Amino acid sequence: MKTVMGIIDLQENDKLIKEMTAKRPLAAVPFAGRYRLIDFSLSSMVNSGMDTVGILLPNKSRSILDHLRSGKDWDLARKHDGLFYLPPAEAENGLRNGNIQSFYRHLDFIENSSQKYVLISGSRIVYNMNFDNVLRFHQNTGADITMVYNMESTENTAGGTVIKTAENGLVQDIAVQAVTYEDAKVAMGIYLMDKHIFTNIVESCFSHGGTNFLIDGLMHVDDSYSIYGFKHDGYVARINSTASYYKASMEILNPEIWQEIFMNVDRVYTKVKDEAPAQYKKNAKATNSLIANGCVVEGTVENSILFRGVKVGKGVHVKNSIVMQKCDLQEDALIENVICDKNVVITHGKWLKGASNYPLIVEKGVVI
Amino acid sequence: MRKTECLAMILAGGQGSRLGALTKKIAKPAVPFGGKYRIIDFPLSNCSNSGIDKVGVLTQYRPLELHSYLGTGGAWDLDRNGGGVFILPPYAQEKGADWYKGTADAIYQNINFIEITNPEYVLILSGDHIYTMDYSWMIESHKMNKGEATIGVIEVPWEEAPRFGIMSTDKKGRVTEFAEKPSKPKSNLASMGIYVFNWKFLKRYLEEDAKDSVSNHDFGKNIIPKMLAADAKLFSYAFDGYWKDVGTIASLWEANMDLLKENPSLNLHDPLWKVYSVNPSLPPHYIASTANVTSSIVSEGAMIYGEVENSVIFHGVKIGKGAKIINSVIMPFTTIGENAYIEKAVVAQNCEIGSGAKIISEDNSVIVVPEGEVVLAENSSKQVG
Repeated sequence: MKTVMGIIDLQENDKLIKEMTAKRPLAAVPFAGRYRLIDFSLSSMVNSGMDTVGILLPNKSRSILDHLRSGKDWDLARKHDGLFYLPPAEAENGLRNGNIQSFYRHLDFIENSSQKYVLISGSRIVYNMNFDNVLRFHQNTGADITMVYNMESTENTAGGTVIKTAENGLVQDIAVQAVTYEDAKVAMGIYLMDKHIFTNIVESCFSHGGTNFLIDGLMHVDDSYSIYGFKHDGYVARINSTASYYKASMEILNPEIWQEIFMNVDRVYTKVKDEAPAQYKKNAKATNSLIANGCVVEGTVENSILFRGVKVGKGVHVKNSIVMQKCDLQEDALIENVICDKNVVITHGKWLKGASNYPLIVEKGVVI
Repeated sequence: MRKTECLAMILAGGQGSRLGALTKKIAKPAVPFGGKYRIIDFPLSNCSNSGIDKVGVLTQYRPLELHSYLGTGGAWDLDRNGGGVFILPPYAQEKGADWYKGTADAIYQNINFIEITNPEYVLILSGDHIYTMDYSWMIESHKMNKGEATIGVIEVPWEEAPRFGIMSTDKKGRVTEFAEKPSKPKSNLASMGIYVFNWKFLKRYLEEDAKDSVSNHDFGKNIIPKMLAADAKLFSYAFDGYWKDVGTIASLWEANMDLLKENPSLNLHDPLWKVYSVNPSLPPHYIASTANVTSSIVSEGAMIYGEVENSVIFHGVKIGKGAKIINSVIMPFTTIGENAYIEKAVVAQNCEIGSGAKIISEDNSVIVVPEGEVVLAENSSKQVG
């Protein structure tokens, strides 16, 4: 995999998850008690042996820069190669948007790299995959472009890119759909190709006024390039709306999925915070929950995820909720079906309830 | 280049024979502690948090795992330009090779290393104490007193004083007398085995001590008494936080249990004084619906289906359904089968405790299961003792 460079495109659509992305890109949304969404793609790349990764930054990128820093926690702080930041291209005359403009601006970085292939990924999808298999598939099929997909087991109303493939994996149709149905082959936004092919597509797309790599680029390559679909069989969660975020979080509470994603030989890395182990006091009661280090639990926690450094006071009841870093739930508070963003304080005795299919979101730093 | 004012030297070579089964394969400073740490994380984190960025770690006994754990010191923010962690095992010199014969000899054999740095002060630390302490205050006190040596001391209960090196001091904190394990202690100020020395002053004593063929080459037994006899300027620095020597199984177990009190006196949650350790890259731990965890600490990657009461659960530990863990310490990546029962035990890393196995000592002492052991229900009673 030394021949493959990775690019993680963070210029993603976050319209349906606005409460959590007002001040951060989708990639920096906290997930599973300890991680940010970008950790999954980035760790998969690192574990696959890729040692050059470019991060195509979105406009609000401070939280992502603070998270990744030198890339050391992913073993990407290296003398040669390692982690590269690709700042967003400014739209000229405000006419052009989308990732093509940014890719185009950084083509020299890609051309000058020592790698032969480029693997493009977004950050919104939770998975733990070894790209070695994708590269082998790519070489065996002789594909020009390989795109990774999975079979969706349920309907997803947030939509997705559905593909049709022949038996040998050749992609026959790509369609962006508003709703994806059960058993659909849904693309995961992961593309592997020779870097010259990537350059060609971006250049041609840019000169024809295209803005989006998938829609204006890949969907218009006609017969000039063959596209193959590689099926990923592992767990996949697409985070593109508040509902899907909540659903995926609750799925992670399933120990089989938790083990598949996190206890795999290939670990998921994240920024190290050096928190002490979680502390359970005398009257603590926790069941079916994920609890991160740095938490102090004195109350009851059920079917919930507590991020690092959360305090659950005496008599507090946390149910079906996601409580992010450094939240403080004070004595006798109750939350049910709630997502508390970072640094939220729920003061003494307050009760908050969301609907079971639509959680209540408390924004970052709010004191209730 | 910036001059290093104070160089820290951590004595981490001891065999730790009183930790018995826990130190068969690893050095004492590498023994796991407190759910995610190893003992050496405490002095290293203290150095890092005290602004000491050059630390020599003197290793000798079973050093491999300790060396690999230390790496380049990055985990403690000690991978610094021109500084950081220096691993110092014994090495061959022109006159031949020698083991470290004692704490003072270990420093003596590294005079060359210290001379390269040429610090004003040397801080000598021990690799087997659990405490969080800001050494910069101690160094400051040493400077204010214009001392030649400053010894960290802590008040211990009078009845325990005979177990320690006891300091008597005058009103200004100057040490007037030092007694190693006195049967009738004159004071209850125990030496913590933490010393600040003026380097040039210490060097002279080390060189003299090296020539002394009857010396044990030990700071407590030889160097400090010699300095005192010469009327050198020895001061005490009183520390009043949590401090524990974890040199025995019982004290290691106790120190772990101390973390489980409702308000532990060692605060591991202080955001301004974090205790660093090498990160195992594991997810938040999973507590199943069959689990019940009270008065315990649990670290990342653990999976708990059973009952845990007043215990320390390290990262990657699995505890099966119906299992019961009471007053115990379960070290990294140990698996405990369903319906197992463990009480007042220290189960070392990578053990496999079979379903239905029972681990409890008959005489209320702490029972130890050594690293990598497989304990099945059939022979678990034999394991006792």
